[in-house]
Amino acid sequence: MALFQSVFAMLYQFGDTFAFLVISCAGLAVIFGMMGVINLAHGEFIMCGAYVTASTARVGVPLPLAILIGALVAGAVGMIVERLVIRHLYHRPLDSIIATWGISLIATQGVLIVLGSTMQGVGTPLGSIDVGGRSYSLYRIVLMACALGLLGGLYLLFYHSRFGVIARATIQKPQMAHALGVNTGRMYGLTFGLGAALAGLAGGLYAPTMTMVPTMGATFIVESFVTVVVGGADIFVGAAPAAAILALIKAGLTAWYGQLFGQIGLLVTVILVIRILPGGLSGWLKGTSR
Amino acid sequence: MPDQPLLTISGLRSGYGGETVLQGVDLNIARGEIVAVVGRNGVGKSTLMRTLTGLLKPSAGTIHFQGRDATADGADLRARNGIGYIPQGREVFPELTIRENLMVGEVAGRGRGSPDYDTVYRFFPILKERSRQRAGTLSGGQQQQLAIARAMIGNPALMLLDEPSEGIQPSIIKDIARNVRTLNAETGVSVLLVEQNLDLIVSLADRGHVMEKGRIVAELGADEIRSRDEVRKYLTI
Repeated sequence: MALFQSVFAMLYQFGDTFAFLVISCAGLAVIFGMMGVINLAHGEFIMCGAYVTASTARVGVPLPLAILIGALVAGAVGMIVERLVIRHLYHRPLDSIIATWGISLIATQGVLIVLGSTMQGVGTPLGSIDVGGRSYSLYRIVLMACALGLLGGLYLLFYHSRFGVIARATIQKPQMAHALGVNTGRMYGLTFGLGAALAGLAGGLYAPTMTMVPTMGATFIVESFVTVVVGGADIFVGAAPAAAILALIKAGLTAWYGQLFGQIGLLVTVILVIRILPGGLSGWLKGTSR
Repeated sequence: MPDQPLLTISGLRSGYGGETVLQGVDLNIARGEIVAVVGRNGVGKSTLMRTLTGLLKPSAGTIHFQGRDATADGADLRARNGIGYIPQGREVFPELTIRENLMVGEVAGRGRGSPDYDTVYRFFPILKERSRQRAGTLSGGQQQQLAIARAMIGNPALMLLDEPSEGIQPSIIKDIARNVRTLNAETGVSVLLVEQNLDLIVSLADRGHVMEKGRIVAELGADEIRSRDEVRKYLTI
């Protein structure tokens, strides 16, 4: 029984970390993988989703619907930002990093000025379950299912829908896609909007577990960048397995040595991966399959 | 509009950066015609093709397609209006399957009839057999077939065929010539062919233009383009 308890505790810790990594990096991975844009405002799209979710849930909208609204609003903001700023910087990747960083600062400070240093959040729903005398949040188990659902949904979107096929064609050979009738500008706008909506979804899903502060995006940003760097440009052969490996490292180290070592383990892994596999997992896998 | 040309180019100048490659090109193509632009490497044939697709912006001159001025249209709009592009080097989407490559080709034909997979697969049965194979793993000849099929599926009125023989073995070149001929006869699609391969030019084109240093310097009528000796003069140095 004691064995079952510690195995369950490990699995829970692994699942929780995996879910957090997958959900928080999905938007970043889509925008980087599909467009090559490194979006430093990723955390602020997450914050946007969280704020919208919390404020709509507080006026009585059911939480799942509030999360969806949060994601949609973040996506709409993303499409506006793409049209106004990002679109002009596709051929200047370094400038787009600076620009998105600027957007991030403006968003954080703007929210601080307008809404104050903190906002009332929503409580974590669903309560907890008891396994062997320790209690586990049921909502976090739901989040694990959401992470798997998210990966499945993105897979269907990119590999089994017309939009996905055209999006992948556009990444591979933008000029050729354009010459075949694809409105590539619109594709980039939709893809950036999708990435921002996924960030908003991350914010919405984690809003009930967090304190609402304008800088809350920073909580997600390290983990999501770590996952994308280790995974490389492809979300399915890259970011998802990277999230699993990182979650394993973090859950193991946390269980044996505590939270601090879990965090250190993540960063050491990233440094090693950058040295050994500069293209990330997906770059390495694609390189060996050719 | 039976007498109006499908494509009319006049005074077209275009190039890369500050360098002008096309020095004022005039050219007409009627509906159902197969016209070749003949010339050696580097005379501006591919630049002409890229300017016609809209991927390159001309610095002067006009392009009229199907009776309207298309000079300012973007590449995507031109494709949807009926210009099918089969580029030099084929440019299939390597990570996409054959079926997915054809799905991208459908975009051009939206609103102009439904994609005709039966015809495409009748011309290129190998594409049906291997529809789930990734395009990057195909041989050069198969990729060329896919590139033609990808343009066909969008129901173009004009196909821009840029050096289809490049890097392909002679038996396959014959196949391609025969397929394009049959396609032209069946559907009435016009073809602008840019080539250096003597066999392909002689077996495919109805007439031709000779290009040198970004200009059309000679015309080849129906009899001349079928004469190997006549065409060879413009291909050898």
